[in-house]
Amino acid sequence: MSASETTPKLYAAQEPIFPKRVSGKFRNLKWVIMIVTLGIYYITPWIRWDRGPSLPDQAVLVDLANRRFFFFWIEIWPHEFYFVAGLLIMAGLGLFLFTSALGRVWCGYTCPQTVWTDLFYTVERWIEGDRNARLRLWKAKWDFHKWRLRVTKWIVWLLIAVATGGAWVFYFADAPTLLRDLVTGQAAYVAYATVGLLTATTFIFGGFAREQICIYACPWPRIQAAMMDEHTITVAYRDWRGEPRGKGKKRREMAEAAIASSRLAGPTIRGTEPGATSAPDVQAPGDCIDCMACVNVCPMGIDIRDGQQLECITCALCIDACDEIMDKVGQPRGLIDYIALTDEANERAGNKKVPVMRHILRPRTLIYTALWSAVGIGLVVALFIRSEIDMTVAQIRNPQFVTLSDGSVRNTYDIRIRNMTAEDTTFRIGLTSDDILRVNLEGSQDLMVEVPADETLLQRVYVIARPEDAPAARERTDFRFWVEDFDTQERAHSNTTFFGRNDQ
Amino acid sequence: MTDQRNHPEEQVLQDGDPETTGHSWDGIKEFNNPLPRWWLWCFYLTIIWGVAYSVLYPAWPGISGATAGVLGFSTRAQVAEEIDRFDALNADLRQQLTEVDLTTVTREDNPDLYNFAVQAGESTFTTWCSQCHGAGAAGVQAAGYPNLLDDDWLWGGTLEDIQATIAHGIRNEDDPDARWSEMTAFEGILADEEISQVVNYAMSLSDEDGDGVNAISQTYDEELASAGETIFLDNCAACHGDAGTGDRFLGAPNLTDAIWLYGGTPEAIEETVRHARFGVMPAWSLRLSEAEVNATAIYVHGLGGGE
Repeated sequence: MSASETTPKLYAAQEPIFPKRVSGKFRNLKWVIMIVTLGIYYITPWIRWDRGPSLPDQAVLVDLANRRFFFFWIEIWPHEFYFVAGLLIMAGLGLFLFTSALGRVWCGYTCPQTVWTDLFYTVERWIEGDRNARLRLWKAKWDFHKWRLRVTKWIVWLLIAVATGGAWVFYFADAPTLLRDLVTGQAAYVAYATVGLLTATTFIFGGFAREQICIYACPWPRIQAAMMDEHTITVAYRDWRGEPRGKGKKRREMAEAAIASSRLAGPTIRGTEPGATSAPDVQAPGDCIDCMACVNVCPMGIDIRDGQQLECITCALCIDACDEIMDKVGQPRGLIDYIALTDEANERAGNKKVPVMRHILRPRTLIYTALWSAVGIGLVVALFIRSEIDMTVAQIRNPQFVTLSDGSVRNTYDIRIRNMTAEDTTFRIGLTSDDILRVNLEGSQDLMVEVPADETLLQRVYVIARPEDAPAARERTDFRFWVEDFDTQERAHSNTTFFGRNDQ
Repeated sequence: MTDQRNHPEEQVLQDGDPETTGHSWDGIKEFNNPLPRWWLWCFYLTIIWGVAYSVLYPAWPGISGATAGVLGFSTRAQVAEEIDRFDALNADLRQQLTEVDLTTVTREDNPDLYNFAVQAGESTFTTWCSQCHGAGAAGVQAAGYPNLLDDDWLWGGTLEDIQATIAHGIRNEDDPDARWSEMTAFEGILADEEISQVVNYAMSLSDEDGDGVNAISQTYDEELASAGETIFLDNCAACHGDAGTGDRFLGAPNLTDAIWLYGGTPEAIEETVRHARFGVMPAWSLRLSEAEVNATAIYVHGLGGGE
């Protein structure tokens, strides 16, 4: 290891970031998304949905104890977990689609980390003031004024964090009951632990860790970067239009020098003298007036003019900030804009701007859309054709069969009947076979069983072949069990096997 | 660029590249992208956590066991605690099992007690009975361990009979109430020919239609069988009955059905006639609680053959 003169610092302190308030169309879009997403999150558990007396009346409920998931009119049982798997596949394909088309749009607008950090920044701005006031406060000594503002801010953050952690547990139990239990100290230990953990993570991630989560902790940005290509729309700076940048006196000098230089060179075609060996030494200033508005609003603390970088979550606030300045200085908007990598070469060549939709509509995104839709349609179809009664058969194979005193051969099966309707239902159990087999239910004289609403019933069933009938002596006889809703005649069935003595 | 690939030591840093750490291997320099300091603190925190954990909880292995940890936590103690907790929760049900008439413990009349009895009985059966009778309770014919799933019972298949069999066992010396009987070994008492005749007669008892093939598809010699009838009536009928239907009071098997405790082949039956059999079962009331015995009786009774 070669000892260097100046040992570099291997650890860096977190750079404090004080994003300035900004207004514009993307900021407005972010406000709308923030209100909608937070609204969905906080309000959903409180929506009621009448399912009759035997089922919970919460519209969205993950009932872990009874292993049910309720979503408005849909009820998912554990054996229908493929619906959840399908939704996860759709979420994955949706991420592919949006990332290949629009880059890290998830990060910039809808990621909970972004939304809650945005909310926390809003609170911070409301209590401590905008960028300059916060910078001053940060440098100020810890006097009463600073303590008062800081503690007020932390209290408001903490309230938001408690509400966030609190809302989460309401998805897993009846919300009004659980709220009462939580307040009166009667809720389960795990409920308090969950609320406490999520309160802590919300408070720390939204209030303090913020962009550090995106840069260092989250794997998505790295994965998403791998899914982007040259047609992906990202937030970028048109350096071919903005450079060389400059402001104030320096900008005026640059402009004067450029004019002088072009007069000296005489008439040019596209700025190049025929036969000239090099570009003109002095360029006219670009549109960027180096006002730092784009840097000041950035919640990640970067300078977008350095080009695409891993910190950028494409929240587009720098676009709003720059557009506002461009309007003021009388230049066209879009110095910082949503553009694709291919736009650079195209626009440098002086060609017309390619519409955003031309970038988005390309085979890759269309294939993702088609796959996403196919899974979605499949799930909807599966949802509507699924049956409300279901059965599974587990044969007792230890032993495979029992010989009775009259020489009959008996097999035993455990039949599980699922009654997914909201009413107690009587089912008839029977079998269909080419051979003669007798059915007996354990503990019952007839073939009827009653299954309560929204429950499963495990029924032991004996199937007997008399000694003179073929299945008693045969090795195996395939047959079909069925259960029939006694009122509606709706059936579910399952194929299984009867084992005999296997006489040669 | 191709030149640089051949001369890596000439690789130049580009404008905007981060500073290097000063490390260099074969001309490859290492950029310094500093780790956030809070991450370092998190790392230290995990070390503190690890040390604290290994002090508080059992952690370091030694020769005769691991360090105990100052909190005194142990998964064994936790299990024991949970068993005690559930025992306490079930104490009432267990008490009931020793007091009620077992025939009233059915799914319809007393579902809570019935479910408890079946679960507890299955657990007891798996622990204590399955060694001989098998996990599926199908028995082992070659060793004469009875199949408990069928509808043929040596000593009776009512709940009361099964309970008595489990509680006191069969032919054991430990319990004076054990079920007892002893078959005579007929070798030396009967001549070889007579034994052969009575074996064929025993096989013929389960031949309902008289076609020379019995209920378990064994073929026997009809001449020998008819000669064996007198020998059977003289020597065997005292216990097995004139018709060969057995006697549950003596645990004498029914010879007219399709179930053979030790197998229905001529060889197996001849072995039984010559040397007799002496199946033994322990008296479980000496090892298990009354509630456990009763629960096991209910479980076995519900296996498919209970009377």
